[in-house]
Amino acid sequence: MMQTAHRRAALALMAGGAAAACTPRRDGETVLRFWAMGNEGGTVGELMPEFERRNPGVRVSVQPLPWTAAHEKLLTAYAGASLPDVSQIGNTWVAELSAIGALSPTPPEAADLLTDQFPAVLETNQIAGLAMTTPWYVDTRLLFYRKDLLARGGFDAPPQDWAEWKRAMHGVKRAAGGDNYAILLPLNEFEQLLTFGLQIDEPLLRDRDTRGNFSSPGFIAALAFYRSLFAEGLAPLASSAQISNVWTEFARGYFSFYFSGPWSVGDFRSRLPASFQPNWATAGVPGPNGLGASAPGGSSLAVFKSSPHQDAAWALVRYLSEPAVQARFNTIVGDLPARQSAWDIAQVERDPMLAPFRGQLERAKAVPKVPEWERIVTEMQIVAERMVRGEYTPETAAAEIDRRADRLLEKRRWMIEQGRAV
Amino acid sequence: MTVVDPTLARVKPSRGRAARERAAWAFVAPAMIAIGLFFALPVIAALLLSLTDFDIYALANLDNLRFVGLQNYERLMTNPLFWGAMKNTLTFAVLGVPLSIAASLAAAVILNARVVKWRPIWRVMFFAPYVTTLVATAVVWRYLLHTRYGVINWGLESIGLPAVDWLGDPSTSIPAILMFVVWKIFGYNMLIFLAVLQTVPDDLYEAARIDGAGPWKQFRHVTLPAIAPTMLLVSIISVASFFQLFAEPYVMTQGGPAQSTVTVLYFMYEEGFKWWNLGSASAVAFVLFLCILAITLVQLAVAKRVGAYQ
Repeated sequence: MMQTAHRRAALALMAGGAAAACTPRRDGETVLRFWAMGNEGGTVGELMPEFERRNPGVRVSVQPLPWTAAHEKLLTAYAGASLPDVSQIGNTWVAELSAIGALSPTPPEAADLLTDQFPAVLETNQIAGLAMTTPWYVDTRLLFYRKDLLARGGFDAPPQDWAEWKRAMHGVKRAAGGDNYAILLPLNEFEQLLTFGLQIDEPLLRDRDTRGNFSSPGFIAALAFYRSLFAEGLAPLASSAQISNVWTEFARGYFSFYFSGPWSVGDFRSRLPASFQPNWATAGVPGPNGLGASAPGGSSLAVFKSSPHQDAAWALVRYLSEPAVQARFNTIVGDLPARQSAWDIAQVERDPMLAPFRGQLERAKAVPKVPEWERIVTEMQIVAERMVRGEYTPETAAAEIDRRADRLLEKRRWMIEQGRAV
Repeated sequence: MTVVDPTLARVKPSRGRAARERAAWAFVAPAMIAIGLFFALPVIAALLLSLTDFDIYALANLDNLRFVGLQNYERLMTNPLFWGAMKNTLTFAVLGVPLSIAASLAAAVILNARVVKWRPIWRVMFFAPYVTTLVATAVVWRYLLHTRYGVINWGLESIGLPAVDWLGDPSTSIPAILMFVVWKIFGYNMLIFLAVLQTVPDDLYEAARIDGAGPWKQFRHVTLPAIAPTMLLVSIISVASFFQLFAEPYVMTQGGPAQSTVTVLYFMYEEGFKWWNLGSASAVAFVLFLCILAITLVQLAVAKRVGAYQ
């Protein structure tokens, strides 16, 4: 039974450009092809019998993809005109898939799916005010910290702003002693600096997102704060490849603050001994003045324009967006639901480690929605690493990031001048 | 008409030659058309593509395509990631080509020796990795190289050496992948060497033995000169294949850790299919082509000088 389903999925894939020509097995039956990635791809099938029971004549064929290949597969499928009807997509890909015109925007009758959502996550799914995709599950990064070391450093509660955080880090470094540090900021990951950059008031891009705005006073302050953490010996000059085992180093006290998302909660629980469990907790990210923003992550559900089964596809999105279904999915894979009421149904916040995520998601701030964004932050981090190693000051680094961002955005500027992009 | 009358051809030479030429073209045409359609045309298209800024905007609408001249090449030359990929590829080639040739030659010489029994079985065993699916063997090698459960680290630890994080440490990831690649490909060149070794006449060895040459001297003065042209062929093929290394790092490390296994071809793949910048990906392909061409020409020149090839 499973095998025939797989074989049929494989055949459908091989059929290539023939999404429309995909003939249903039984007369009048609509087969919806649904791509899902990672854990979701392996488990979302459990939700399908209920959907098929409610929608007679519609059958969902779930095709799991690995995350590492998903982005390429979507673009290649677009080029080869073989996109599925519905797909899970990373919510940072919305701008790109909109730019190529692959997405079918939310129709007016599905507008209610966009209520009961986290505003920043919803913002991430909108291009020029139009919701292109529907948030499915959410995540964001916040602070994992060592309760015991923070207490020994003289702090009873997690820090609220940058100044207090800096003092806490010095206290923790003293308490941990030896060759230990206070925080891990892997030099090859842009997420940490991006988080500081989102906490300032100025936007990261300007002129309708066609030029870098990294030389704003706020971002220079964020760069200076980032650099000071290395200069003052609070963060090791290391890339993530040099820290082979984050959780054991965390337990050893090599660092006491760590930026990560909900997936690390499970890791820390399963990989660290029971005796260590009372020593760690999660908290919101400190900002320049009080708790600050971080980037909203997670996945969205996309319906493709090329799909001949728009109604059935939107019915599937509606079903997967139902708070009760999202709550059930939370118990199956542990994803944080996009609909806020699903948090209450699943009682997500009963878990003290997950509770701070709700506050952090409410404070989250969408990153600029241009297809070039991932390349821009990659360049930003390359420059930031050189700044930390002494090649740039925060001011010259900011100018260099702007120069690189402007070069990456050159095509977008041209597109906007020609009136071909929004 | 199967027999051509020679007098007829002599009487009307021009017409006969024209007919023969036409026939020759007719025979060659299918192959020429296939090569033109599936090789020459795509190569020319890729060359043109490398002069444009084909990106996802152009994917959406071809009107968004712009001719940018040599800009893709200029940007490539200033891209540190590209130079990193170049360096990794050179490391792979410089270490991998001699290693794989040495392994192939050693295996061929052993198989060619008269004392070895059950030769077909050995031949199959050495050749099997080459014909096994790459992804399947890569998965097996990831287990062999595993830091904690891998048999390679188990062996190292049992002789008192520390365990190595083969695929997780930027300084050991290239050697780890090289081990796999050499194991995977040496069987093919081994067969080529074996075929040539079997053509070396026995009397040459006999004469050498009578002159008092030991096994090493026989290898150095009889075997090596006899297989020199093959050696040249194999080294050219090996250099070209090491410069095109892609699937192994893609399956085993995805270019990591810290970009230490990003090869030029992997870089091209990411540029083309991850970021969908087909313009600059085509530029990478042409730079790679020029590199392989240059190295092959140098190899030919060196071989001419040492007389391995006329």
